[in-house]
Amino acid sequence: MTEPVVVRRGSVWSRLPVLRQLRQSVGLQRGMLIVGLVISVAFVLTAIFAPILAPYGYAQLQDAQGNFGAQDPPGGKHLLGTTVGGYDVLSRVIWGAQTALLAIIIAVVLSVFLGILLGVISGYLGGWLDRVLVVIADAVYAFPTLLLAIVSAIIISGGQSNLWGGILASGVSITVVFIPQYFRVIRAEAVRIKSEAYVESAKVVGTSVLRIMLRHVLRNATRSLPLIITLNASEAIFTLAALGFLGFGIEPNSAAEWGYDLNKSISDVTSGIWWTSIFPGLAIVLVVLGVTLVGESLNDLADPRLRTRRRATGAPVTTADVSVVPGGTLDAVTITDGLEPRS
Amino acid sequence: MTHVAPIKDVVDIENLVITFATDGEPVRAVDGVSLSVKSGEVLAIVGESGSGKTVTAKAILGLLPETATRSGVVLLGANDVIQLSPKQLRAIRGVDVAMVFQEPSTALNPVYTVGWQIAEGLRAHGKLSKKQARAKAIEILGKVGIPDPEHRVDYYPHQFSGGQKQRVVIAMALVLEPEVIVADEPTTALDVTVQAEILDLLRRCRDEFGAAIVLITHNMGVVADLADRVAVMYNGKVVEEADAVTLFSHPKDAYTQRLLAAVPKLGTGVSQTRERAAARPKQELAPVVQATNLVIEYPGRFGAKGFRAVDDVSFSIHAGEVLGLVGESGSGKTTIGRAIGGLTRITDGSLTVLGQEMLGVRERNFRPLRSRIGFVFQDPASSFNPLLSIAECVAEPLIVHGRAKDAASARPRVNELLEAVQLPRAFGDRFPHELSGGQRQRASLARSLALEPELLIADEPTSALDVSVQARVLELFAELQKEFGFAALFISHDLAVVDLLADRIAVLYQGKLVEEGTGAEVLVAPKHPYTQRLLASLPVPDPAEQASRRELLRALGGTT
Repeated sequence: MTEPVVVRRGSVWSRLPVLRQLRQSVGLQRGMLIVGLVISVAFVLTAIFAPILAPYGYAQLQDAQGNFGAQDPPGGKHLLGTTVGGYDVLSRVIWGAQTALLAIIIAVVLSVFLGILLGVISGYLGGWLDRVLVVIADAVYAFPTLLLAIVSAIIISGGQSNLWGGILASGVSITVVFIPQYFRVIRAEAVRIKSEAYVESAKVVGTSVLRIMLRHVLRNATRSLPLIITLNASEAIFTLAALGFLGFGIEPNSAAEWGYDLNKSISDVTSGIWWTSIFPGLAIVLVVLGVTLVGESLNDLADPRLRTRRRATGAPVTTADVSVVPGGTLDAVTITDGLEPRS
Repeated sequence: MTHVAPIKDVVDIENLVITFATDGEPVRAVDGVSLSVKSGEVLAIVGESGSGKTVTAKAILGLLPETATRSGVVLLGANDVIQLSPKQLRAIRGVDVAMVFQEPSTALNPVYTVGWQIAEGLRAHGKLSKKQARAKAIEILGKVGIPDPEHRVDYYPHQFSGGQKQRVVIAMALVLEPEVIVADEPTTALDVTVQAEILDLLRRCRDEFGAAIVLITHNMGVVADLADRVAVMYNGKVVEEADAVTLFSHPKDAYTQRLLAAVPKLGTGVSQTRERAAARPKQELAPVVQATNLVIEYPGRFGAKGFRAVDDVSFSIHAGEVLGLVGESGSGKTTIGRAIGGLTRITDGSLTVLGQEMLGVRERNFRPLRSRIGFVFQDPASSFNPLLSIAECVAEPLIVHGRAKDAASARPRVNELLEAVQLPRAFGDRFPHELSGGQRQRASLARSLALEPELLIADEPTSALDVSVQARVLELFAELQKEFGFAALFISHDLAVVDLLADRIAVLYQGKLVEEGTGAEVLVAPKHPYTQRLLASLPVPDPAEQASRRELLRALGGTT
């Protein structure tokens, strides 16, 4: 009896979505992914530890020495200066990360579940339900994203908000726009998987429709989700910032919000006060850049044609016992069939 | 074969090593291969998948992906392909060496006429005016046997049949009169009868155009039909090189011997069938499957007339009997299999499966019967859910039909099944992609047998496998059939494979059943001209016998 070939499956860590790609990547793609990951992780940490990191509260206007000055330049007590309203810019930027993270989480969580559910049902069952859902999704697509977000913000909270009201407003309005995206991607996958032989073989066995959808279609359809989630996360930040900038954001005494701060700093720009607009703006750009870098790298790495690999060196390697299949699947060599035990 | 006159080598490969960078370890696909091809000679490179034959041939054209690193010498005339710049490579491709691809329907661009595509090569090398190029395209189309070339030069690829498309691809390769044509599995995607025609054409390429041909194939019959010299590759190395006659009569290397022994031959199944027939109880049981004037149509688009895939077919399968269903692509054989498995609705006539009439059947009524039917799919790679382990996949039918609560409680039964198909128990914990094609197909057999079905439908279960693996899977199928005694519908395009297993053989042609009978009747004394042609087209792995069969086919060609 020959020993079964040892299968290298790696630890749980090496199979996690993002980490697996990080190990796989090489060269520029790896650089992009690492930069993106560093920025994203820094963003998340900043959001979580905002109460510790920020020197002042987001709505704090005075300390023991009295009121903060308005439009103080960077330096001294206020590392990045103060705004026209007398808030500390550094604190507002750090606290703003928390708001942005919450907005991303709410937008993604709300849209992901509904989008996947509708996508799988619509793609697998097909028929009139599918046609109706696709038309609705297309109709939502036809609206300008921001307009839709504004309308839903007004409907949800009348344009006014505290922290949770504001985040939910932007989150729900983003959700409306995002659901069709998840719906479309999952539906396309479900339609593809529906005609795969393993779904047919489940049908032949007599598996119920619900079991096929959950066990065979859903699990295989979620492959590209990490990618869309990262791309949508950056869009969520943009939408939240844009809502704030247009005046549908969160009041400064409820939470810090980069878009709102940008809006208030418009008049400062012309009078040479740069610190009130640059820092919140930079925060938005950095976070969007970081998340987008992660998303784009994942996209490239997921496609074997775009993925770069280490070049094979001239150093001696073990002779191929396996063939190269596009996509990197390694099949055991056929000859093992002849070597296997006959019971 | 000794060459009296010194004939020059057109291709000379020396110590070629090709290594691919992958996500894991680098993989050496070709390991120190030395080969040469003389002008006007057909060199066949044979080997199973992963043996490096395609990579070797592509190296002749410098067509390797970016992930490959090469060393060694590939002399094409006076040029070393490995040293050439992309620009120099472009200059020799087409003129010195051309390629014929495996799948003619993807090798042609669907939005241009075939004349334009043939002229493309001429334009790229800038020799002829537009008018001359067109005249040349017409001429070459005529030479490769496309009827009415003046007219059809303006046709688009979809207006040609599969065999004609391959002729066009060969015309594209021939138009610049290259010294070497690399043909990568040129007939694998084609039906047997068409394959015979294409092989004939390739033979003419050698005889009339004087081109040397590097033929890559896994089909030993094709090798016997066409090749002058044969190189057998295994694991990136050439294990044996000899002229065709010597190789088939006296294979030296152990691998070559095994490879040749694994090729199914016509006429070996007759004695087995007789044995099985004797073992079966004589009394006539009610048939497991009974089709009477069965018609299956696929609906057309927007009120267009539907496509009739199966037309007035009647047959029956009795308990414990294996019916082989043979036909070319588009003959409706898979459609019949799917209809019996309840995957396709029937349009007219009657199909009774295990006592259930399938005309207008509701899924609810058919579901209880599904546990009594097993199904083996063509492609083992896609018939397993890639996210479930083999044990979970095999346990699925048991769970669905309530014989087990979950995958863990089904495991003892799964282990039994895996052992029945000669897979180690430990394979149950692997994922489908960690098994080879043959192992996967055996796991697929285990899954289909999980509920001990009375009827097994096997849709081309071995056509995606290498010959040596195919031989083992077929052997296993026969053993399991003897052990479990299920009735089976065995669908295949390969007569030799069906001959090995089937008690009775039914031949389908364009949706109609043209002949049905025992293996001895259908294969030894075929009555219908189509069956005769099908039999004669099947190349046998013996150059001498194949030559005489070729003559027979030519004689038949006039009658049909």
